[in-house]
Amino acid sequence: MGITKKVTVLAVGLGLVTLSACGSSDDGGTGGDGGGSRTVTLVSHNSWAVSKDVVAAFEKQSGYRLKVLEDGDAGQAVNKAVLTKDNPQGDVLFGVDNTLLSRALDNGLFQPYEAKGSGSILPEYRVDEDQHRVTPVDSGDICVNYDKAWFAEHDLTPPKTFDDLIKPEYKDLLVVENASTSSPGLGFLLGTAAKYGDEGWQDYWKKLKANGVKVAGGWEQAYNEEFSGSAGGRKAGADRPLVVSYASSPPAEVIYADPKPDTAPTGVAEDTCFRQVEYAGLLANAKNPEGGKALLDFLIGTTFQDDMPLNMFVYPVVEGARVPEDFARFGPQAKAPQTMEPAKIAENRDQWVKSWTSLVLR
Amino acid sequence: MTRSAAKRRGNAARLGLMAVPVAFFAVFFAYPVAAIVARGLKADGTWQLGRIGEVLAQSDVRQVLWFTTWQALASTALTLLVALPGAYAFARYDFPGKQVLRAVVTVPFVLPTVVVGSAFMALVGRGGLLDDLWGFRLDTTVWAILLAHVFFNYAVVVRTVGGLWSQLDPRQEEAARMLGASRFAAWRTVTLPALAPAVAAAALMVFLFTFTSFGVVQILGGPAFSTLEVEIYRQTSEIFDLPTAAVLTMIQFVAVGSILALHAWTVRRRETALRLVDASVTARRPRGAGQWAFLGAVVATVAVLILLPLAVLVQRSFGGAGLGYYRALTEDEGGVFLVPPIEAVGNSLQYAVAATAIAVVIGGLAAVALTRRDAGRLVRGFDALLMLPLGVSAVTVGFGFLIALDEPPLDLRASWILVPLAQALVGVPFVVRTMLPVLRAVDVRLREAAAVLGASPWRAWREVDLPMVRRALLIAAGFAFAVSLGEFGATVFIARPENPTLPVAVARLLGRPGDLNYGQAMALSTILMIVCAVALLVLERLRTDRTGEF
Amino acid sequence: MLLNLESATVRFGGRAVLDAVGLGVAEHEIVCVLGPSGSGKSTLLRAVAGLQPLDSGRILLDGHDQAGVPAHRRGVGLMFQDHQLFPQRDVGGNVSFGLRMHGTPRDERRRRVEELLDLVGLPGAAGRAVAALSGGEQQRVALARALAPSPRLLMLDEPLGQLDRSLRERLVVELRELFGRLGTTVLAVTHDQGEAFALADRVVVMRDGRIAQSGTPLEVWQRPADAFVARFLGFENVVGATVTDGVAVTPWGKVPVPDGAPQGARTLLVRPAGVRLVPADEGLRCTVAARTFRGTHVAVRLRPEDAPLLEAACALRSAPEVGDEVGVEFDGAEITVLG
Repeated sequence: MGITKKVTVLAVGLGLVTLSACGSSDDGGTGGDGGGSRTVTLVSHNSWAVSKDVVAAFEKQSGYRLKVLEDGDAGQAVNKAVLTKDNPQGDVLFGVDNTLLSRALDNGLFQPYEAKGSGSILPEYRVDEDQHRVTPVDSGDICVNYDKAWFAEHDLTPPKTFDDLIKPEYKDLLVVENASTSSPGLGFLLGTAAKYGDEGWQDYWKKLKANGVKVAGGWEQAYNEEFSGSAGGRKAGADRPLVVSYASSPPAEVIYADPKPDTAPTGVAEDTCFRQVEYAGLLANAKNPEGGKALLDFLIGTTFQDDMPLNMFVYPVVEGARVPEDFARFGPQAKAPQTMEPAKIAENRDQWVKSWTSLVLR
Repeated sequence: MTRSAAKRRGNAARLGLMAVPVAFFAVFFAYPVAAIVARGLKADGTWQLGRIGEVLAQSDVRQVLWFTTWQALASTALTLLVALPGAYAFARYDFPGKQVLRAVVTVPFVLPTVVVGSAFMALVGRGGLLDDLWGFRLDTTVWAILLAHVFFNYAVVVRTVGGLWSQLDPRQEEAARMLGASRFAAWRTVTLPALAPAVAAAALMVFLFTFTSFGVVQILGGPAFSTLEVEIYRQTSEIFDLPTAAVLTMIQFVAVGSILALHAWTVRRRETALRLVDASVTARRPRGAGQWAFLGAVVATVAVLILLPLAVLVQRSFGGAGLGYYRALTEDEGGVFLVPPIEAVGNSLQYAVAATAIAVVIGGLAAVALTRRDAGRLVRGFDALLMLPLGVSAVTVGFGFLIALDEPPLDLRASWILVPLAQALVGVPFVVRTMLPVLRAVDVRLREAAAVLGASPWRAWREVDLPMVRRALLIAAGFAFAVSLGEFGATVFIARPENPTLPVAVARLLGRPGDLNYGQAMALSTILMIVCAVALLVLERLRTDRTGEF
Repeated sequence: MLLNLESATVRFGGRAVLDAVGLGVAEHEIVCVLGPSGSGKSTLLRAVAGLQPLDSGRILLDGHDQAGVPAHRRGVGLMFQDHQLFPQRDVGGNVSFGLRMHGTPRDERRRRVEELLDLVGLPGAAGRAVAALSGGEQQRVALARALAPSPRLLMLDEPLGQLDRSLRERLVVELRELFGRLGTTVLAVTHDQGEAFALADRVVVMRDGRIAQSGTPLEVWQRPADAFVARFLGFENVVGATVTDGVAVTPWGKVPVPDGAPQGARTLLVRPAGVRLVPADEGLRCTVAARTFRGTHVAVRLRPEDAPLLEAACALRSAPEVGDEVGVEFDGAEITVLG
């Protein structure tokens, strides 16, 4: 494309090093040029990650070239998809979680398509089974993580349940995220609502507040700045050994360590988890619906499902997919996570977040 | 040719120059923002103007508006207070390491808030310098927000004000001193009025930046503080209540618009042709204990407020494995990115060069068109309009792009050019604000002298104005480049996993648990710092190498 | 002495711009420092003003050492070479600036501004914009501004440098008359000897940071201290000579010198008036190389055989044409043995 060339020439002209081309010179326009296009476009939030050879496998197997557009965080990606419903940016939207699902479905974002191989999806993840507008792709648990070294040093048993967190021995130890701007923060709030009921959760949070819970703006601040068990927290001298994060965080601490330790430095409080499921669907006015269908098939195929955990730190949703050994060892999936119907979430989340904000923050 | 005909022709030429920036802003700013606001306020084909009253009636919205305004005013005042002595020191003193230091103070400006927020904690947070020395912490207080705003915007004042200051003839102040004015009185009565347009421009930019502050408020202030920008983000991204977001956007618009009008009014009353001299002759080594002490105080402020947080970043980028995090950046582990993270450097530079080129062309044309102060009201209105992008949320613009630019030939939603375009929107005001005071200060007689020597208006501009504003132009380009290098809000809208920019890559790495990810994020931030500092140093070098030409 | 400089020294880099300068200015005296550009005369003014610290030596005003006294407390005025009027202020604002700095009440200020503008010949100009003034008018405003706070010493840096000749000649007379009337003590620097001689009670010639000569205009004119001063004053007939018993041996032949002139190897100055033209077969034989009309006389440049050029001053009527052959004789009364 001409502009790319000009920019490169300009870069050289300005005495900068010759830069690699921007990589967009082969754009086929938005989502291709109709059904016959050989490019399929996936719109995702910006946590999308996949191995190169898996992309290659898809392209070889389907004959389509895969183009990925990351469109902000999960909420933004869905909201933008709603706004561009009539003229979408791509063919498939990935990354709609259960807190956003109703918004997507109510706005008629997707067209029905039952992906090949959807029979192998584990029953607990199935939704919308009469219309098949969305296909579950991965799941993750939002749980309280604890710093093993801290609890060993202070000769204290780590908490296990929501109820433990309001006990006096855990006073001033927990940091959570702002439920109004952070996805794990919202997940943890929904977990308490599922556990204590529509009315009871407020009481619980009053006690949590009395027990010195700290609220950070986002996951990065909570985990990297305030949590004593993370790399950033250790360097910053953080003093909170309990944080709301994911069940997959302990294995990540092992995998992204050099040298790799024998045990994870952090653990998960098993009965504090809320399950998040992410879905994908074929966009209503997709320009390349056939390509989109092939992509959806691929997303729940074992090639992708096996590859996914170590890239996005989530768990597979189909039978027979391999869970990496490190996951099974350091971050097993919660046995009895809190869950909530997407419709109920949609109905209550704004009101709950508002009440939570005035209860905890003001 | 009659006088009025000549004037008409001059106006026509100016309008012609303005056509490009006007078109640029109409298509890439006004239209998208109007589209998203209209989408929010229009339901079933009718305007829902009742929403405005409803939203304004909410007490927490009023609270947010009040907090947003006062913290922005306080931040601006504090930044001027801290940075004006710095601007003076950089403009008037020669000291070892000056160029490096000037580049370094600009670095915070390009770092993503998520990174710098954490480093800034080392100053004001737990176990930070203040905690160590005096046992108090400022995080989750409004002071942390204010100080961080100073940290981010120090360079805005030093560069915009210092740029003009270094070109003011020091003998003006000496003349005042000979008439009995003390050093301070001479500064206040002679230099300050001359600097007023630049100070006002810097203050305006700092105000706009802090008024629309997002990351700093979130990270350092904690969730208890909320600005309009945070609310707009929440309403648009999380709650998806577009009507409320539209009303909030309009409130922000009105607030920013009033500030711009106030600014335009004060500046127009102050600007006069100034006596400008070559910057290289005005700076000299400090003399006497007093001047060295002053310079020492400025450098100490910079060291504590700016260098310390940056040093913490650098220190954290070296793990137990020494350079291990840096080595990891070059490895293609395929998980977080499809490419080794180090490739983000090339992507960032490429976007930044494109965005700088766009910003300099658009901003330069606008500044030239706006040079004449006797131009019509239309032109002056446009002057203020150019600043508006600084006062509008990136989320609003991003969503606006999406619904407005979705039809050929303007279907740019999936094109990489959207990123530099969006970045240039923020860069243009810098270019205009930095160049305009200098262009307006050029003595009109110099242009006349060139004209009677046979130079066409364009030639006269090139031969007379350009050499005089070249320094301002380079400063402006440096700003545009830095803004683009560190830009995050617009870039994440369109990021591609195969070519992330530096801030996107850093945010990515920070968003995952694990020692290696955190360390790589710090290492990549350090690289971002260095790239920025080097780019700015190269720009400064360009300047000194070419002084002989003119 | 109102002003005393004792071994005042200023170095830029390794170079001494002021080199152990000693200078005194008495009250009501007008002293003009004369020197080529780069001789250190502007630095001298800046040092006295307190804008340029000394590397060594002392500056005393009324007997008080000025070291550590900031510029605005010295009570001296300085008129800058390019005026440095404040563009943001009108004429009145410029003139009243110093009065404001000294806390003069508003009414008093207004009265003084009017008075000063009358004095410099710009009555009623207080409301005018500085940018709209002509060069001469700017000069007058700068002067009024410098005079307004009644400085005990007024310093002028090339006060008339940028003005045209006729204006300069008129203004210099006005200035001298004005300073005399006001009793102002003035230290001025200029590179123009005519200006210096017309303005000053005493002239100080500077060269490379040192004072080469100091004296009344007449003294300096009549007895330049050395070849440099003589040449700087515009004299061209300066040569080495050996003086014995009232006669000097020069490249132009033997030349008479005044009685009591120092003996031995010396430098000789022959004023143009001391070069008398005679018929070609008498005296030193020369060819006329050039002639320049100087208003009251004609300057004639003569080329002798095997000797340096000579400049002569002739009456208008008797001046030879270019190419004429003439003879030259010397008048001992117009010849000075230097140093």
